[in-house]
Amino acid sequence: MTTATTTATAMAAATRTGPDRVELLSGGTWTPVCAWERLVPGRGVAVLLPDGRQAAVFRDSRDAVHAVANRDPFTGAYVLSRGLLGATPDGRVYVASPLLKQRFDLATGECLDDPAVRIEVHRVRPV
Amino acid sequence: MTTTRPTLILVGYGMVGHRFLEALAESGAAAGHRVVVLAEEPRPAYDRVALTSYFSGRTAEDLLLAEPGFTDRHGYELHLSSPVASVDRAAKTVTTGAGRTLRYDTLVLATGSYPFVPPVPGRDAEGCFVYRTIEDLEAIEAYAAGRRVGAVVGGGLLGLEAAGALKGLGLRTHVVEFAPRLMPVQVDDGGGEALRRTIEGMGVTVHTGVGTTAVEVSADGRAAAMAFTDGSRLETGLVVFSAGIRPRDQLARDCGLTVGERGGIAVDELCRTSDPDVYAIGECALAADGRVYGLVAPGYEMARTVARQLAGQSAQPFTGADLSTKLKLLGVDVASFGDAFGTTPGALDVVYADSRAGVYKKLVVTPEGALLGGILVGDAEAYAMLRPLAGTGSPLPVPAESLVLPAGLGAALPLGGAALPDEAVVCNCHGVTKGEVRAAVTGHACTTVPEVKACTKAGTGCGSCLKLLGTVVTDELAASGVEVDRGLCPCFGQSRAELYELVRVKRIPTHARLLAEHGRLGGRGAAGGEGCEVCKPAVASIIASLAPQLPVSGHILDGEQGALQDTNDHFLANLQRNGSYSVVPRIPGGEITPEKLIVIGEVARDFGLYTKITGGQRIDLFGARVDQLPEIWHRLVAAGFESGHAYGKSLRTVKSCVGSTWCRYGVQDSVAMAIRLELRYRGLRSPHKLKSAVSGCARECAEARGKDFGVIATSNGWNLYVGGNGGATPRHADLLAQDLDDDQLIRLTDRFLMFYIRTADRLERTSAWLERIEGGLDHVRAVVFEDSLGIAADLEAMMAHHVTDYQDEWAATLADPGRLARFVSFVNAPGVPDPSIRFTPERDQVKPDLAVLATEAGLLASLVRTPVLEGSR
Ligand code: SRM
Ligand SMILES: Cc1cc2nc3c(=O)[nH]c(=O)nc-3n(C[C@H](O)[C@H](O)[C@H](O)COP(=O)(O)OP(=O)(O)OC[C@H]3O[C@@H](n4cnc5c(N)ncnc54)[C@H](O)[C@@H]3O)c2cc1C
Ligand code: SF4
Ligand code: FES
Repeated sequence: MTTATTTATAMAAATRTGPDRVELLSGGTWTPVCAWERLVPGRGVAVLLPDGRQAAVFRDSRDAVHAVANRDPFTGAYVLSRGLLGATPDGRVYVASPLLKQRFDLATGECLDDPAVRIEVHRVRPV
Repeated sequence: MTTTRPTLILVGYGMVGHRFLEALAESGAAAGHRVVVLAEEPRPAYDRVALTSYFSGRTAEDLLLAEPGFTDRHGYELHLSSPVASVDRAAKTVTTGAGRTLRYDTLVLATGSYPFVPPVPGRDAEGCFVYRTIEDLEAIEAYAAGRRVGAVVGGGLLGLEAAGALKGLGLRTHVVEFAPRLMPVQVDDGGGEALRRTIEGMGVTVHTGVGTTAVEVSADGRAAAMAFTDGSRLETGLVVFSAGIRPRDQLARDCGLTVGERGGIAVDELCRTSDPDVYAIGECALAADGRVYGLVAPGYEMARTVARQLAGQSAQPFTGADLSTKLKLLGVDVASFGDAFGTTPGALDVVYADSRAGVYKKLVVTPEGALLGGILVGDAEAYAMLRPLAGTGSPLPVPAESLVLPAGLGAALPLGGAALPDEAVVCNCHGVTKGEVRAAVTGHACTTVPEVKACTKAGTGCGSCLKLLGTVVTDELAASGVEVDRGLCPCFGQSRAELYELVRVKRIPTHARLLAEHGRLGGRGAAGGEGCEVCKPAVASIIASLAPQLPVSGHILDGEQGALQDTNDHFLANLQRNGSYSVVPRIPGGEITPEKLIVIGEVARDFGLYTKITGGQRIDLFGARVDQLPEIWHRLVAAGFESGHAYGKSLRTVKSCVGSTWCRYGVQDSVAMAIRLELRYRGLRSPHKLKSAVSGCARECAEARGKDFGVIATSNGWNLYVGGNGGATPRHADLLAQDLDDDQLIRLTDRFLMFYIRTADRLERTSAWLERIEGGLDHVRAVVFEDSLGIAADLEAMMAHHVTDYQDEWAATLADPGRLARFVSFVNAPGVPDPSIRFTPERDQVKPDLAVLATEAGLLASLVRTPVLEGSR
């Protein structure tokens, strides 16, 4: 099990030097999302905003954070936070909807499989 | 204008008749004639060569040779069940059995042959059969039910095929051959002996050197026993006569055409009979070289010869044909080709025999070392490579001795497509040369084997040339610089099977490392090593399958693995359309106690879950929120349930029928075996989902033939079928091995599954995999049954690892707060349920409320009454 231990140590080290938590800009104020180490690289979490809306917050494998609306516009279900992250060969990081697999660019909210569709992008920051 | 076209009548719509109609269309002659086909059988031409596969699940429709609409497209008038009773050559008419008379300008006879039944008393009794048509097989199958012993008269090619079929039907099977060895026409004494030993090893009793003198008939008119020339007798209720075939030349005889002394409609090199307006082709014809050919390839050549003449094109005369054959009889490869018996003056033999392994190989060579022919029994791997070389006169590239030694002992086989000259015939059935295959790639831009098959017809007959065809096509593609991207996704240029090998051999425990070391774009590229939604789950599955060897944690939510899983695996449940999840506890073999049923009912009731019996013999509970999953599983695990992996690309269910414990027909305990299999393979991560079933007898109530691996009980044990599929492209599973005992079944299944996991593409079910991989079922059987790659022990060890390392994913998740943390609706409000997941009533249960999802404004408006965030932080 040497490999597993090494990975765990590496992650602990990263946490110590990394940010403390993540915040999202909503209604003009920075709202706390969660502690930094709750975010798994390549995955997301769902956030309930004060106005009842939902956001999906992701950490990618280079430790950049992204936030978009949690609602999948194709099905109406609030599930985008549970999608897998990917990147196109030219480096656009996206989330693939876990329902019907459409991909959404996390920087612009644009749907890569249907340019007519776009979702809201939120500002988010590690602190 | 149509009335002025000459009328062409084809009598007999069998294999050669069909090839003739195809050739007629290809040559352009179809348009110039009114073509009428008079067929005796009730269905269009079917693949008689593959007839026996009817018993392993191919239906009559599967066996049809023509694609739908074939006759209409070419304007052929087809009359089924319309045998021709007589021909009047003076009037140029034929009359059918129903009394209809039609005029012809040209007549083509393709009436095939009939099975010869020796004139022994009792041969007409109920229970006596021949083996030629689908109707024959249907009758045998129906009669075999309820009988215990079956005998085949004739130990030739067809007789052994029939014996295999009887065995498959669960009968104790005997083969009676008059000659001193089996397959006397194709193999010599040494080959016959190897064949005999192997076949006897499978439980078929072989009697050679004895003739049948009578079938003894019981008082009710049924066959009861057979009496033999040596005075012995055999009690058997079912007898199949397969003692040779005779050309169907009666029509020709009756109308005065010349027929051979020993039968067959005499034709010249252009297949013309003694009447210039009448041709004869296929098995009914006595060719100009004085032989009647009982194989399909020569018949196809004759068909082409006649079609080209009718089109006014120069026709290749039919002067004789190669009698090479490769067969799989009862799972034993038997091949003979070229001058197999060494009749060429000066011919020398090179022989290798291993009677323990049932292998016999003989090559016949000239003193200069050129190949003349050969016989291969038990291991005919080299047939496809050697046959085209036989008779070409060019010396073998390596000494003949090294070609007969078992793999590993001899020189590495340098023979591939590359070793062959252009004029070497690659596909014997359709007479396609290597040059023609290469031309298909370079000239017609075919880039895959299926395209080349469609273009040249190579490989569409018996299939024995497919492997060679594959190498010729790949070589040619490589030579013309075509590169086919077989990569998994934009991140990896390798196929799933190649990535599997990399992970296995280099023990790469993470997707990140695999991507860095083996990804496209020098590892990281612009994507910054993110990977994508295709390679992440695929690599996660590979890592999970290999977890014990890497080593990494066997739990799929641990470490990096947790980040790679598809959403279903990530939450160990199945995502539904409104964002809720379904829960499927494992119910091994479909067997469940009343107490457990009650617990499922209580859990469903307490959590308000929609409850449904699935198509896989278990129970699905729908409508759970992510935060409810741990609570639900807490109760299920406490009651002894474990994950059913309905979410994983892994074993789903092993369905069972009730089997011998309760069912009056059952011959084995199918429930116990289904449970054993399900518990053994539960949690096994694979390229796609795996399904299985076990039936207690041939009635097949568990539908095992529709499964990736299906098991059907016989009175001697279990038959294992593989590669079945339901879904969008259903496929009946193929028989891999028969009459296995419990442990043999498990061992073979272990190997089969691990070999599939190792070599399949992403999301490729076993059915598609079996169709795709080179060599198909034969290759898989060679690997898992005969251990041709020497990896069987490895595959078994890997499965043993899986079995000992198995842990219930849900129990392990509940026991670990770290893993549980993800099961919240909102990371910033752990106690708050997702307000978008709502239900409305339907038929006394619930269904998702989709109206609330229609717009975000709608959802927000409905929330005004219950401010959700209040008090949560
Ligand atoms: C629940 C169930 C339907 C039911 O209510 O009966 C079901 C439900 C789903 N099936 Fe199925 N299949 C169910 C039995 C079957 C069967 C019947 C069987 O197993 O005997 C088949 C045909 C047999 C087969 O697979 O060969 C079947 C062929 C498919 C296919 C087509 C597979 C194929 O190779 O063509 C898919 C799509 C896929 O996997 O890519 C699919 C996919 C699905 C998915 C996973 C679709 C999805 O991604 O959401 C459904 C989700 C299940 C869930 O949310 O819980 N389901 N599905 C059945 C669960 C059985 C179980 O207890 O595990
Ligand atoms: C079980 C089995 C396995 C075989 N395996 C192989 C193999 O591995 N390799 C190989 O090369 N060959 C094999 N053969 C032989 C191969 O099937 C034949 O060579 C081939 O079918 C001959 O084609 P044909 O058209 O001449 O005859 P058939 O396919 O028999 O067709 C003749 C048709 O004519 C019809 N007919 C007859 N008389 C009349 C009439 N008066 N009016 C109208 N219709 C009539 C018949 O009903 C039949 O449908 C096998 C045969 C069998 C039975
Ligand atoms: S398959 Fe056979 S044993 Fe099983 S239930 Fe059906 S009839 Fe009975
Ligand atoms: S040799 Fe039979 S299909 Fe090619």
